Amino acid sequence: MTKNLICINCPRGCNLEVDTETLTVKGNSCIKGKDYGISEVTHPKRMVTSTMPVLNSKKILVSVKTSSPINKEDIFNVIKEINKKKVSAPIKIGDILISNVCNSGINIVATSNAEEK
Amino acid sequence: MNKEKHDLIIIGGGPAGIAAAISANKAGIKDILIIERDNILGGILNQCIHNGFGLHRFKEELTGPEYAGRYVELLKETKVKVLSNTMVTSLNAKKEITAINSKGVNHLLGKAIILAMGCRERSRGAISIPGDRVAGVITAGAAQRYCNIDGYLVGKKVVILGSGDIGLITARRLTLEGAKVLAVVEICPYSNGLNRNIVQCLNDFDIPLYLSHTVSNIKANKNHTRVEEVIISKVDENKNIIPNTEISFKCDTLLLSVGLIPENELSIKAGIILDPRTKGALVSNNLETSVEGIFACGNVLQVHDLVDNVSLEGERAGISAANYIKEGNKKSKGIKLEVGENLLYLCPQIIKPSSVVDSTPIFFRVKKPLDNCKINIIINNEIVSSINKIKLIPSEMQSVNIRKDMLKGAKNIKIEVIKK
Repeated sequence: MTKNLICINCPRGCNLEVDTETLTVKGNSCIKGKDYGISEVTHPKRMVTSTMPVLNSKKILVSVKTSSPINKEDIFNVIKEINKKKVSAPIKIGDILISNVCNSGINIVATSNAEEK
Repeated sequence: MNKEKHDLIIIGGGPAGIAAAISANKAGIKDILIIERDNILGGILNQCIHNGFGLHRFKEELTGPEYAGRYVELLKETKVKVLSNTMVTSLNAKKEITAINSKGVNHLLGKAIILAMGCRERSRGAISIPGDRVAGVITAGAAQRYCNIDGYLVGKKVVILGSGDIGLITARRLTLEGAKVLAVVEICPYSNGLNRNIVQCLNDFDIPLYLSHTVSNIKANKNHTRVEEVIISKVDENKNIIPNTEISFKCDTLLLSVGLIPENELSIKAGIILDPRTKGALVSNNLETSVEGIFACGNVLQVHDLVDNVSLEGERAGISAANYIKEGNKKSKGIKLEVGENLLYLCPQIIKPSSVVDSTPIFFRVKKPLDNCKINIIINNEIVSSINKIKLIPSEMQSVNIRKDMLKGAKNIKIEVIKK
C-alpha cells in the first residue's frame, strides 16, 4: 500500500509517496524527507498538550503536556486520562501530574504555574 | 500634575516587552517599569498551550506558557518593576503616559518608551461576511482563550474560516476537547499555515481543508439566537464568489482566523507615523519610531510567526532605548528602503548607516508563494547581494542582513525577490 504525506521538515512541503511494505519513499528532496516518511508510516508520534482543572488557585486551569511524544493512536486515550484528573495548587512548571499515562512510560507534566489562592 | 518618573517605560509585558526589559537592564538601565494590562506577564503565550516555541532561542521545543515562564524567571533576577492589571489609555510625544488600574488614574513619564502592545485579530467586521448577525461567530484566538484559560468550549460543531496557524491549532484543540470541526475554509489557493500544522492539526483528525473557498452566508436558527448554518462558496482567481458552488454546513459556531493587526491606538495618539504596509510604526534600524525616544518591537511593530524573533526584536529595542537614555539622540541621516518586486513590506523601513555596527537585519514577507527565486539587495542601483531560495511563502517571514560595508556611499537601497 502507498501512503501520501506532506513532509513537515521545511516550507517546501514535499508531497511524499511512501510504500508501507517496502518502506521506500518517493517525492522527497532530501534525507530528512525519507526519514520522516518512514517514521510516519511505521511509528508516528505526537506531543499532546491540554489543560487540567486546578483547585485552590486563582487560576481555573493549568496547562499540561506529555513529557515526550506518544504514539499517535493513543492521543484520545491520553486526553481521556487528562480529563479525568483535577489537581490542587501550588503547581510548578515541570511537576508530574500523571505518571506513566496509559502505560506508555510517559508522564503528563505541568507547563504553567498555579499559585495557591 | 505629579508624574511618576522612570528611565524606561515598556508598554506591554508579553515576550517583546519582557525581552526588551531584560536587555535594557543588561545594558545598564536600572530604573525600568513594565506596564501590563493582564494579571500575569507573558501576553498571548499564556493561552498558546501547544508546543513548538523556542526552538531557536532555547534549542528545545517548549509550550507557550513554558517559554513565557523562562523569560519571567530571567526577569526576576533583575530589579525591573512590573505594574500589572493596568491599562495604558494614552501616550503623547513628550513620553507622558496615562494608565488606569484599581487604584485610579496614574500619570507617568519616561525618558524613553518601548511600545510592545502586540496585535489583535481581525474580526467579522474587518472582512464583511454577509448573513445573519447572531451569537456563535468569534475569532479563533478568543475561542483559544476561552478553552485554555477560562475552561469553556465555545461550540460543538465548528467551521473555521482562515487557515493561518491560529485557526489550525484551534481546530485541533477544540477537536481534542470534544467538538467536531467540520471544515477549515481558506480563500487563497494555498494554505497560510505551516505544513506541520496542516499535517498535525488537520490531517491527523481528518478535518477537511477547502482551498479557494470562503464563507458566503451565515444563517441563524429559528429564534435568531445562534448560528445554525454556514454556507461556503468557491472563489475565482480574483477571490470573487462563483455562483452555484455552495456547500452547506449545519453548525453552531464559526471561528475566524483571518489575520492579525498591530494594536497601535496608543502610537497614533502619540503622533507616531505608521507604515500602511505593516500597520505598525515606521522605524529605523535601531527600532526607533518617528517620535524621538519611542521605540517599537514585537507584534505591535510587525506581525511575526515565531516568538523567538519577537524576543530578539525586543532585545534590540531594549539596547537601543538604553543607548538613547545614556547618550541622547544622535541625529543622523537615514535612507528610506524601497519595497521591491513581490514584497509585501520591509521592516525596518529606514536605515541610518552611522548607527549600523556590523550589520542590520531587514525583515520582509513575499506577496505570494514563489518557487526558485532569489532575494536581491540593490544599493545605488547595483545588486550587492543575491541569495537563492527554493521556495518562499507569505506565511514565513524572511530576513536579509545588510552589512556596514555595503552601506558606504549608499544613496538608495532596494530589496526585491525575483524568479530565476
